[in-house]
Order: sequence, then structure tokens, then C-alpha cells
Amino acid sequence: MNHLLQEEEQPRGAKIRGRHPVDQLEAANRFIAATAHEMMHDNRLWDLRKKRDAQMHAIPEWEELRQLASDIKSHTLDHLADYLEEFEHNAKKNGIHVHWAKDAQESNQIIGDILKAHQAKSLIKSKSMLGEECGLRPYLQKEGIAVVETDLGERIQQLDDEDPSHVVVPAVHKTRTDVSKVFVKTLNAQPGNNDVHYLAEWQRETTRPYILSADAGMTGGNFLVAETGAVVVCTNEGNADLSANTPSLHIVTVGIEKIIPKMEHLAVFIRLLSRSALGSPITQYTSYFRGPRRGGEMHVVLVDNGRSTRLGKPNFKPGLKCIRCGACMNTCPVFRRSGGLSYGSVYAGPIGLILSPGYDPHKYRNLPFASTLNGSCANVCPVKINLHEQILAWRGELAKQGELSLSKKVIMKALGKLYANPKAYRQAIQMGDKILQYLPHFVVYNRLNAWGRQRDLPEAPKKTFHSWYKKHYMNGKGDEA
Amino acid sequence: MSSREEILNRIRQHQTNISTSLPKVPNFFDKSVDIIDAFKKSLLIMGGTLLLVGDADPLQALKEKIKNANVICSMVPEIKGNRELNEQNLPKELDDIDYAIVRASFGVAETGSICLTEKNLMINTLGYLPQHLIVLLDPAKIVYNLHDAYAQPEWYSVNYASLHSGPSATADIEGVLIRGAQGVRSLSVLLIS
Amino acid sequence: MEVGLFIPCYMDAMEPEVGISTLKLLERFNVKVVYPFDQTCCGQPMTNTGCEKEASATEALFVKNFAKFDYIVMPSGSCTNQVRHNMNAIEQTDEVTHVRTHSYDLVEFLHDILKVEAFPWANFPHKVAIHYNCNALRGLRHASMSERREAFFSKPKNLLEKIKGIEFVELQRPDECCGFGGTFSVFEEGVSAKMGRDKVLDQRNSGAEFVISADSSCLMHQKGCAQRMGIPLRYAHIAQVLNGDIR
Ligand code: SF4
Repeated sequence: MNHLLQEEEQPRGAKIRGRHPVDQLEAANRFIAATAHEMMHDNRLWDLRKKRDAQMHAIPEWEELRQLASDIKSHTLDHLADYLEEFEHNAKKNGIHVHWAKDAQESNQIIGDILKAHQAKSLIKSKSMLGEECGLRPYLQKEGIAVVETDLGERIQQLDDEDPSHVVVPAVHKTRTDVSKVFVKTLNAQPGNNDVHYLAEWQRETTRPYILSADAGMTGGNFLVAETGAVVVCTNEGNADLSANTPSLHIVTVGIEKIIPKMEHLAVFIRLLSRSALGSPITQYTSYFRGPRRGGEMHVVLVDNGRSTRLGKPNFKPGLKCIRCGACMNTCPVFRRSGGLSYGSVYAGPIGLILSPGYDPHKYRNLPFASTLNGSCANVCPVKINLHEQILAWRGELAKQGELSLSKKVIMKALGKLYANPKAYRQAIQMGDKILQYLPHFVVYNRLNAWGRQRDLPEAPKKTFHSWYKKHYMNGKGDEA
Repeated sequence: MSSREEILNRIRQHQTNISTSLPKVPNFFDKSVDIIDAFKKSLLIMGGTLLLVGDADPLQALKEKIKNANVICSMVPEIKGNRELNEQNLPKELDDIDYAIVRASFGVAETGSICLTEKNLMINTLGYLPQHLIVLLDPAKIVYNLHDAYAQPEWYSVNYASLHSGPSATADIEGVLIRGAQGVRSLSVLLIS
Repeated sequence: MEVGLFIPCYMDAMEPEVGISTLKLLERFNVKVVYPFDQTCCGQPMTNTGCEKEASATEALFVKNFAKFDYIVMPSGSCTNQVRHNMNAIEQTDEVTHVRTHSYDLVEFLHDILKVEAFPWANFPHKVAIHYNCNALRGLRHASMSERREAFFSKPKNLLEKIKGIEFVELQRPDECCGFGGTFSVFEEGVSAKMGRDKVLDQRNSGAEFVISADSSCLMHQKGCAQRMGIPLRYAHIAQVLNGDIR
């Protein structure tokens, strides 16, 4: 298997055709067909889930912490404007420049303008999902600014010209051979050397010169603390602290929902974040930026991009509590078998199913259906987001907006009619040997026989329960159908 | 209307303000735990190294570690290095340092973390650009958990501080754990007042 | 006590013997069981596809059929979950509330309401892996969930333990979804089948001879996968085992 793993071609993500609905299933099927990749991916993420469970069992107050985290976030969202103003006030007092961006475009422009004002031509960057959401890197590159990702996984994906497939482990879908191929092509690494230590070391060596020479550095932010006006960044590689502290200009881009009221609340989230994400007690670095360093300048760009609108949708507002730990992806049985790139969206997995249609209901209309509604995601979520309920709510919302696929619409309409009419229903069943065409309706009621492709069909029994009951309990009477 | 006002207005329109008082966070302190012991265990879990305090010379293990190093930058009076830093140094000039030796503000038993502030580091990149980091930590300054850690006064006075929990690390390729990613390759802690 | 028996639509047609076991089992405990003839479906396929409007007439019919009973019992955790937690397409009258709050899955009914202590007629000398339907597990709380920090409990296991000869084996991923997911099984066929195959492999590797569940729908899917893979695992609904029909 290991041999196969290293031979197999890397499956690529969903085919994106403008705003055309992303076909997640098509990409998932290709991922599953790459059996070795799929198995590695599934096992690795399941391993993260198991490590997370072990951390949970080591903390007696685990469920209490989750409830606190959820309550703190709910409270904060209910007073979001006040806390943002408090943050701004304190950050400015400490010498941080605070900017407000209502959407992706404005955020990109603000950042571009700051860089231009400093004549910055090169930027080192640590991982930021918001940056991905806004399409920041392509924007800056068009503006003539060289951007280098400094997180290993993110760097691999940048060099391979592929989006991150997971919010915490961006290259989790790649094997060491896949990475080696990318590094040979782009970083002049030794061909055929797929030793992981070598590859990581090679990335360190080739990135260091960029870190030392960059004109500006950029990080995301995991938390904003209103009380102190500080930004908190959680990373493992040390790259965020290097990006922030080496050049004299540090820009932070962060979503407005990342705010928490006080330092005492930070403890709750830090205790949960890395335990949920990677099953480690804490990230290697949990860094706190309360003002510019000596001789430096610090900017924070507060980005809305749909968040304040989501706040007004009671069903979907809880999605704003997300701390981007990725635990819901690790536990999601569909995500583990589909790969994050199959979703064709910045946010994949359960959190992606509920965030993406908020950005574009047409393009992402298939995503809420890439779930069995099993609910494991909501159970691992450290801020107790009701993920599976929101996934279901999105299906309803999409149906209302006329965004169901034709086959779903037709089948559900027919079923709804049939199930509401006992006579017609019994007649349909009593069509003897044709039973499989109708029952269970939702299973075989489609021309492709999707059930039977990889599964045996159940043998149809001679009699329904209904007719058995009639014969044995009612002397053959009961209904007239 | 500025974007700032537009965003805040829209939030005020949408936020409900109904629920919730701000929850009080308990400390969850477990008195049965031996703090120093717990710190040592956590440090090892996070990939850090514990330097033993020598009997004759408490710094023996530390000196042993750096004896073959080329460039040593010490920010602690107990050890003399061969690279002096002053506030005018550029952050990137710290790239050739092999060993940096600093004193931490406090430690956290729950996670084996040590807190380094801009005061401990003088130049913030001292915590990241050197190949290795050695940290002196007063055992009396180890707090039990992260709740205690975030109740420390440092957070209200410094512009920069970071909890370091072991050395830099990555598992981004096939989940293989590598200690020594972009930051320091090793982190050693000596518990000494 | 008068109990209305709901037999899920797929069970009526595909697994009538599970319905028969359920009925006979309930009657052993002197429960008066009535099977309303006009029943069809609980509305789940439409609700889970987001088609509330299309579900409303089916839900109304369900309520009409069952409002008069003290309890509504069904051998399906997932239909019970639908009725109890998701029957929102119709106006929430007192009748509807009664139906929603008095609907029980067979396991719950035996365990929590009848508090059954013994199944002396049953005998099951086999190695068994329990399969938890996700709605039964996380919606109805049939058992403790691996994602939560909570003490272990399992209502199906508590019941099965009372049967002579039974032996339990554990899965590597005890409560991972099997990929059935209702309409998911056909709309997302590729992923569904892959999840099913992985589940079957876990079951086989556990050394189980039988997989027992409170939901036939998951079993139908798993059985279909196992047969296609040529793996000779056997699948049984908990009612069939508790009633001594499969031994
Ligand atoms: S939804 Fe919850 S589990 Fe998923 S990434 Fe966000 S915080 Fe983590």
C-alpha cells in the first residue's frame, strides 16, 4: 500500500466553472478512486480525531469549557458593535492602526495601499483563512507585490498553485511524493528525495532568505481581545512570529467575529483550540500582539465580508462562533473520504457546508447535501455550533430559493404526494414484482439505480407488513386498497 | 458613510442584545497537582527539553549544551555569550545566532509553556531566528493552568508576548512530526530562580 | 395502555419480518398494540432534503393516524427522531405536540417506559457488534457518544445483555456513520458506498458474526455493501433478536 501511495497520481479538486454549481460528488468520486490517497487522508484525519478525544478525556472540565466558549461567543455576537469599538479604542491607544473593510475587495485594497505607502515590494505571510476568503494573494501579486507563504502546508499549496484543502493542515491531501514533486519543480529540490525531514528542512532553508529580506509581514488573527486591544495568533511553526517581527511593517487581517471581551475568556479558547484541532494541549506558539514593536508599525484590518449580514439570520448566526479549529472536518466521514478540495470552496467540510452557500447560494447549492446529517461535527465543535442542524436548515433555505437540483425537486414532490395519500400509496406498493421500482421510494426512485452500482439490492419479500397484518390480525379486512 | 459606520450600523441592526450576560470563567484549579512536576511533563509532551540543575554548578548542563556553539547570545546575567544585543539591532541580524539564552516571565504547568515578552527578548526575533533557545525559569513563577496564565499582569503592559510550548514544529507532510520548522529547532528549559 | 405501531415505509415493504417481531415482542408485555391502516411515512425523506412544504401533508397524515394513542412506537430510531425533533412543517397544535412527545423508538420504549428486565425466550450465542444509527445515537441518545466527555451508557446494549449467550465485540470507530443517510445513499452514491464498505471492514475486523441495530435502513445499506464485497457478515434488527426470532 505504501508503495502504491507513492506511485499514485494526486487527485485534484472540484472543477470550477465560474458561478456554475460545484459538483462536489464528482470530485469526491475521483478522490475515492485514488484509493491510496483516500486511505492516507482518512486515516490521518481520523488520527487527529483520536488525539483530540484523548485530550478531551484528560480534561475533566471539557464539556464545561465548551459551554463557556459557546456562551462567551453568543454574548459577544449579541454585543458585537460595542466590543469592536472597545477593541478599536484600545488598539489605537497602543499605537495600532485600525482599518475597517466591508468586503473582500475593500480589504485587499486597504492592504495594497498600506504596502504601497511603505514602498513594500515583498510580503511574508503566515496562514490566514480570511486571506484565502478574500483572494488576497492573487490581488497583491497583480499589484506587483511578491507574496511568500511561510507555513509549510500553505507554502506547498502556493507552490503547487492549489488552494488549501483544510483550515489547519492545508496540504493534508498530499503524500510526501506529491510534495517532493512540487519542490523539485519549484524549489530545485533533489529529485526523488521524498524524505519528510529533508522536504521540511528544504522549505525552511529556501524560505529563510525571504523572511530576512521582506519589506512587510502579515498574519491572520485567531482572537481579538477587546479589553486590551490585542491580536492573538496561534501557530506551530514559528512562522507567524517571524512574519510579524522581522520586517518593520506588520499587517493583521482578521474577521470581525474573532473578537472576545477579556483576557480571562482567552484562556477558555486557548485551552480548547489546539486540543480540538490537532489533539495537542496548545499550539507551540500562542502569541500576543498588543502594539507595534519598537521601530515598527502595526495595522489591523477588521473585515466584515458578509459577517454582519449573517448576524441578522437567526438560523445561520451561530456559524459566526467558529474558531476555525478544523475539528468538524477531521471527524466528518464525508470530508475524510472526499478531500477538502472537492468542495470547491475556501471553507470545506461541515463548516464549509454552512458558510459557503452564504456567499453564493447558487454556486454552493450542492454542498449542504454532502452530509449524512450524522451530527458528529456538532459534538466535536469546541464552540458548540449546531452544524448538522444548520446544514439541514440550508437545505430548506435552498429549496425556498429554488436552488434544489431538478431531480431532487421532482422526486420530493412526487413522494410528498404519494405519502400523503394512503390509497395511492398502497396501490403503488401492490404492483407486485415491480416493487423495487417504488420501494423504498427514495432509494430506487431514480433511473440511474444509484443504489445498485456498488451495493446489492435487498431481496424484495413476498408480502408487506401491511398485508401480513391484515391477514393475521384483521381476517383480511382493514383497508380497501 | 464610512465603511466603519456602515459595518457598525449593520451589526447594530442585526444584533439581538437579548441573551446573555457575560459568563464568569472559573479557574478549574486542581489542588492535588504538583505544579512543577506537571510543568516538566507537559514540557516534554510539547517537545521541549528539561535541563537538570547541577549539584555543584547549577548551570552545568546549560554550559555543556553551548560549549561547542559558535554564536551565543545571552540575555541573562548568569551566562556570558559572545554576541551582544542592543535595542538598535535590526531583527534580521539575529539570524546567525546558534543559541539564545533568555529568562521567561513565567511558566504554565498545564501546557509546559513559558512566557517570553518583548522585555525578556529585547528584540522579538530572538525567540525565533536563532537555531536553539535556552530558557531560564524561576520554578516559583510557574502557574497551574492557562486561566492563571492569562491573569498575569504582563498582558496589560507589554506590546508583545508569546507562550512558547516546546520548539517550532510541523506535521504538515503526511502527519510526520518534525521539531524545528521555521522557528527554533530546540527549546531547553532550566528551572532556576 | 394503547400503543400505536408505526412501521416505517421501507420496513413495511423490504423488512416486514422486523415489523412482525416488533409487534409480537410488544404483545409479550401485555401492551395493546394497534396498527393504523392508513399510515405511510414519517416525512423524513422530504424534510431531510429541505422540502418542508412537500412534507407537510405526510406529517399531517401521520398525526391523524396516531394522535389518539397513549404512545406511538416504531422500530426505527431515525423515524422517531424525525417525529420528535423535525416534524415542523405543520402547525404545532396540541395533537401534534402530543404525537411528538409520545413517540418512542422500540429500544427507548422497552428500556425507559416498559423497563423490561428479561427476555427469557431469547437466546443468541453469537459475537455481536452493535451499530448505532446516527439519529438514534445523537438525536435520541441511545448511547453515549464518542465525541463527548460523558460516562458510557448504551440502551441497546443494556437490553441485549439480558439475552443468554450473547457476546459483544468493539469496532475501531464505534459510532462512525455508515453512510446510509437516507436520500444521501442515492444522491451521493459514491461517498455513501465507500463509507459503507469501510464500516463493513471495521465490522469484519472486529470478529463480529452479527451486526445488530435498532435501524433497518442502515443495515440494508451495510448488508448490500457486505454482500457485494463477499463478506459473510449477518445483519439483524434488535427486535428480531429480542423476540427470539433470530437465534
Ligand atoms: S465549526 Fe466548530 S469544529 Fe468546525 S472549524 Fe469551526 S469551531 Fe472548529
